[in-house]
Amino acid sequence: MEHPPLISVEGLSKRFPTRAGDVHALEDVNFSIPRGSIVGLVGESGSGKTTLGRCILRLVEPSEGRVMFDGQNILDLPPKELRALRRRMQIIFQDPFSSLNPRMRVRTIIEEGLIAHRLGGTSRERRDRVATLLEEVGLQADHMTRFAHEFSGGQRQRVGIARALAIEPEFIVADESVSALDVSVQAQILNLLLDLCEARNLTMLFIAHDLSVVEYLCDQVVVMYLGHVVENGSTALVHSQPAHPYTTALLSAAPVPDPFAGRDRNILKGEIPSPLSPPSGCVFHTRCPLMVEHCRQAVPELRAVGGRRVACHRAEDVLAMGPATGAAATL
Amino acid sequence: MSAVTASATHAGPLRVLLQNRVVTLSIVVLGIFAIAAIFAPYLTPYQPNGLSMRERLLPPSSEHWAGTDELGRDIFTRLIYAGRVSLAVGLGVAALASVFGVVLGILAGFFSRLDPAISRLLDAMMAFPDVLLAIALLAAFGGSLLNLIIALAIVFTPRIARVVRASSLVVRELTYVEAARALGVSTPRILFHHVFRNITSPIIVQATFIFAAAMLSEAGLSFLGIGIDPSMPTWGVMISAGRQYIDTAGWLILFPGLAITICVVALQLTGDGLRDALDPRIRKSI
Ligand SMILES: Nc1ncnc2c1ncn2[C@@H]1O[C@H](COP(=O)(O)OP(=O)(O)OP(=O)(O)O)[C@@H](O)[C@H]1O
Ligand code: SF4
Ligand SMILES: [Mg+2]
Repeated sequence: MEHPPLISVEGLSKRFPTRAGDVHALEDVNFSIPRGSIVGLVGESGSGKTTLGRCILRLVEPSEGRVMFDGQNILDLPPKELRALRRRMQIIFQDPFSSLNPRMRVRTIIEEGLIAHRLGGTSRERRDRVATLLEEVGLQADHMTRFAHEFSGGQRQRVGIARALAIEPEFIVADESVSALDVSVQAQILNLLLDLCEARNLTMLFIAHDLSVVEYLCDQVVVMYLGHVVENGSTALVHSQPAHPYTTALLSAAPVPDPFAGRDRNILKGEIPSPLSPPSGCVFHTRCPLMVEHCRQAVPELRAVGGRRVACHRAEDVLAMGPATGAAATL
Repeated sequence: MSAVTASATHAGPLRVLLQNRVVTLSIVVLGIFAIAAIFAPYLTPYQPNGLSMRERLLPPSSEHWAGTDELGRDIFTRLIYAGRVSLAVGLGVAALASVFGVVLGILAGFFSRLDPAISRLLDAMMAFPDVLLAIALLAAFGGSLLNLIIALAIVFTPRIARVVRASSLVVRELTYVEAARALGVSTPRILFHHVFRNITSPIIVQATFIFAAAMLSEAGLSFLGIGIDPSMPTWGVMISAGRQYIDTAGWLILFPGLAITICVVALQLTGDGLRDALDPRIRKSI
């Protein structure tokens, strides 16, 4: 029998009101994260990945929908219970520079969560715990007296990981946690995350720009475009047989040999449309090589096709054409 | 970035501050004023209110370095004692305005719901000329040293509150504040450890300027006869009392005038120096 998922996102929408109008950052997002698995979240810049991660942790208030965490909707929780639940979920940020308070020593940074949740015991016990954590993430115990500015980007990211792990969460959002680092350091941090997930049986939402890193790490993948989930399924399946033209394009832009190369270029012809006024029908229709008239009018439902979920009227055609054809058509 | 270059850009602000000779001189001058105020009784054989009818309106001499006033009181002695009050007013106003300003500024910067009300209040206060607002407050509270400090602190609060609000708006969007929220850190702790501790530099700079401005305002109010009880000498009180002798005994207002000017200029220069030393954008280029 299937275990119930640890996280289940249901009908989640987020609109940021701005002077120019509402930014449609997320539209009716549905997916779940099984306990103990790593789910990758990919999409171009601005597709809403960070917003989704922050909504799941309720660091921003979603406009609509539910986020079920272990059976309870965290969007219903009163502030006190929410603070208590924060112990079970954590986030590792993209920017290793702005994510550590420059006025705090590493020890204070790492033990802050322990103190907030009254977990650490005495000051001495907390100190020992910080020392163990630092070693676990590949730093040294005596680093705890230093300030963030005394570290390199990769080391800072390790401090951020230790901070997140200190309160022993079950679930972690890793928001492009390696993309700001040197290529050689990226691989080290990725492997550290992978080891920690296994050792601690963590559930993780791993946010990335492209599919290649996700293939290396993740059991499942969620592909987002302009606030919509366009494809969601097992990484191996989505990788070998993408069923959405956007996934096909992402894959074709990700050369195989170096899974860690940082790429941040435009994947498709044309600009990503403004989330202030998303296109009608299928949001991808302005850039889709397979677009037909129907796509302009009807929003494609996220439906099961070939063992995964996909939001495209022509998913069957995409599958039939195979990944190479789809890519060739795009680029 | 290597650890070495990282720590180099963080070389103590104090070092950067003292590299500037004008600033160093200003700090020395302020130090002398402070020492004179603290050790006043040991620095002069006279009493600030010691009358001597035989020695009225004497010009500066080796016995009375700054001369005597219309009641025969030693002006140098009075200058030192007046410095105590003037400096206390400046310091008290700067400290109190900082407290009020930090509270209002952080509340406005961090809680969007409070922002419109607080910002409107600050704008309204800024719209009044400083001296007029102080006069109105003193009329309401009644004149005394403490009330003068409170009134001037209220007058200068918006200056602190505005920089604190602006800085809080920036800091609250930084990732480490979000990390603290994600950890379940309480809001008061976030406000103090993550917001306040990262915006102290602009507060210190503003407080230095307020120190100077408060001393000037006190002198102005005393000159108008609105500030403190005239039996308690301040530099402003001395100028006010001496102005009728401006033609015959100019030293009565020359020396207190010099004291205010030197002190205010030194504070301004120190404030400028602090701003440069604490501003990370300028420091990076050094
Ligand atoms: N606080 C905010 N106010 C207004 N708009 C916002 C806000 N936060 C995000 N957005 C907008 O929402 C959209 C999604 O942003 P988000 O940061 O979630 O994208 P992303 O996929 O994480 O991009 P990236 O890969 O660049 O990190 C963007 O158009 C962004 O401009
Ligand atoms: S629905 Fe139409 S426009 Fe959208 S991805 Fe599928 S084929 Fe392209
Ligand atoms: Mg992002």
